[in-house]
Amino acid sequence: MKTESTLTPRAIALHATLVVAALIVVIPVIWVTTAAFRTQISLLTGSFWFTPVLKSFVDLLFTKTSDFLVNYRNSLVVGIASTVICLITATLAAWSLHRMTWPKWVIHIFLGWAMVFHMFPSLALASAWYTMMRPVGLDNTLTGVVLAHAVLNLPMALWLMGVFVRDVPVELEEAARIDGATTPTLLWRIVLPIIAPGLAATSILTFVFSWNEFAVALTLTSKQTATVPVAIAKFAQEYEILYTQMAAAAALSILPALVLLIIGQRYIVAGLTQGAVK
Amino acid sequence: MNSAPHASAQALPAANAQRAVPKPARGADVSGGGPDDWLWRWVTFSPALLMMLLLSLLPLVNLFLTSFYNVTWADGLPTWAPVGVANYNELAHDELLRAGLLNTLVFAIFAVGGQMLLGFVLALLCCRVTRGRILYRTIFILPILIPGIVVGAIWKLLLNFDFGLVNQLIGLIGFGSMNWLGAKETALASVIFVDIWHWTPFCFLLFLAGLESLPQDVYEAAKIDGATIWQELRYVTLPMMLPTIMVTFAFRLVTAFKVFDEVYLLTGGGPGTSTEVLSFTLYQRFFRQDRTGYGASMSIFIIFVVCILLVMALSARRRVSAPT
Repeated sequence: MKTESTLTPRAIALHATLVVAALIVVIPVIWVTTAAFRTQISLLTGSFWFTPVLKSFVDLLFTKTSDFLVNYRNSLVVGIASTVICLITATLAAWSLHRMTWPKWVIHIFLGWAMVFHMFPSLALASAWYTMMRPVGLDNTLTGVVLAHAVLNLPMALWLMGVFVRDVPVELEEAARIDGATTPTLLWRIVLPIIAPGLAATSILTFVFSWNEFAVALTLTSKQTATVPVAIAKFAQEYEILYTQMAAAAALSILPALVLLIIGQRYIVAGLTQGAVK
Repeated sequence: MNSAPHASAQALPAANAQRAVPKPARGADVSGGGPDDWLWRWVTFSPALLMMLLLSLLPLVNLFLTSFYNVTWADGLPTWAPVGVANYNELAHDELLRAGLLNTLVFAIFAVGGQMLLGFVLALLCCRVTRGRILYRTIFILPILIPGIVVGAIWKLLLNFDFGLVNQLIGLIGFGSMNWLGAKETALASVIFVDIWHWTPFCFLLFLAGLESLPQDVYEAAKIDGATIWQELRYVTLPMMLPTIMVTFAFRLVTAFKVFDEVYLLTGGGPGTSTEVLSFTLYQRFFRQDRTGYGASMSIFIIFVVCILLVMALSARRRVSAPT
């Protein structure tokens, strides 16, 4: 692509357009974050200037009527547990399918089904899980949501880890075999260090998608097991919406993704684009 | 067990055999055919296989069977009464479902169309920039990582009739306040707008990655031949980007059919049925009204629709990628 180094009128127009687009992306997020520091009255009167207060955050986090800390913990537990389960199974399976001698039809049917499954609306899947989990008492438990999120993200993890596993040089695996490495040694000592960046990319995305997931969490949880998105949705259901608390909850819920974006942008971009480019 | 791959490789048609040749040879070398091969093949594969069987195939089969019953719950235990295809017959007369199907179609076409167009333009602009490209990209990734429900919450505040930023801004240029989410005429358009805000960055990211991986010599050749910017776009960039465009389109179209979070928070399907979408109809029938049997038939119907979409998208993609 052609690139510019001097500030020609065209370069200025280019940057101006991109800056406007960036502002459209950023301003809503910033505006809502500032709304979290307002009082309900200052927000409702719509005055531009206001003195920031922490009341919404205090009400949200430290009052008896609010479960937000519990929701936050639930989301963390579900996100981490489902990511660990999903990543371990997906990495092993991806390596197995791409590097061991499976009949072609096994690979095609399994990965094909995973892709089709990935396209189903999560609410249709939620109804299927609910029908299965309710009789065995797994509905309204964190275990149920963890399992559901793990399998929900499994197709993406299988696909991404497949891409990364295929990048491991075959010669390296062969050499290790000749030196007498057993399969666990080979996986732990040779394959794992090479796919570590891919593992990071996939874990970040899996965690974020689990953290963000709403439909399944809504239908498989109750008051005690509700995750953050379910809690935020509750605000909008109230007769009198606590707008500033909703804004505070929204701001706090973006925090993990924001931290991951800042420390792992490279991995996120690699993960998100891998599917379409390769 | 070890002879199985070779047997199936021979059984493959000639066209596939050509592609299949290097793989079995390479795979056989790596796994070495040692005594632990058979064991470790299954140890590494079976967790994922079990998960897929128990948590995706089995629930869906169960859901399919459930769709032929009328299920009532008492003390957490179901009572099943077979009703044949009555649930499916009812689908045909469900006004809410019809509204949901229509709105989802309108939503998918306009939302995906808008995202693709804006994402492509932004990617074209961004790849002409050297300074600050990473910064722009970081900013544009932000919406992808925000939960759908939070995107809903953000825009519920911004589009609020009384104090929303949108009404404040159009008030500055002299227009009256609009009840964006509460009026029949603007509710669906507002939801589409919010979805475009949410997912344009995703299209942008894929297109930018696609543009960055295009070969540079073609552009130099086009320049030597004296191509204008528009000719370059029409005859060089677009044809080479077509596979990426089709993949993004197929992916976004299927995900647009899943839309639920934003609608749940922004409008709850209202006012009337003006923003009723498929997933929300299913939610109302299955969970709010607790009609497991009928809801199951609706789930199966929606999955069927998605499958048809998938087949169409895949065949379109094959037609596009065949000549290149």
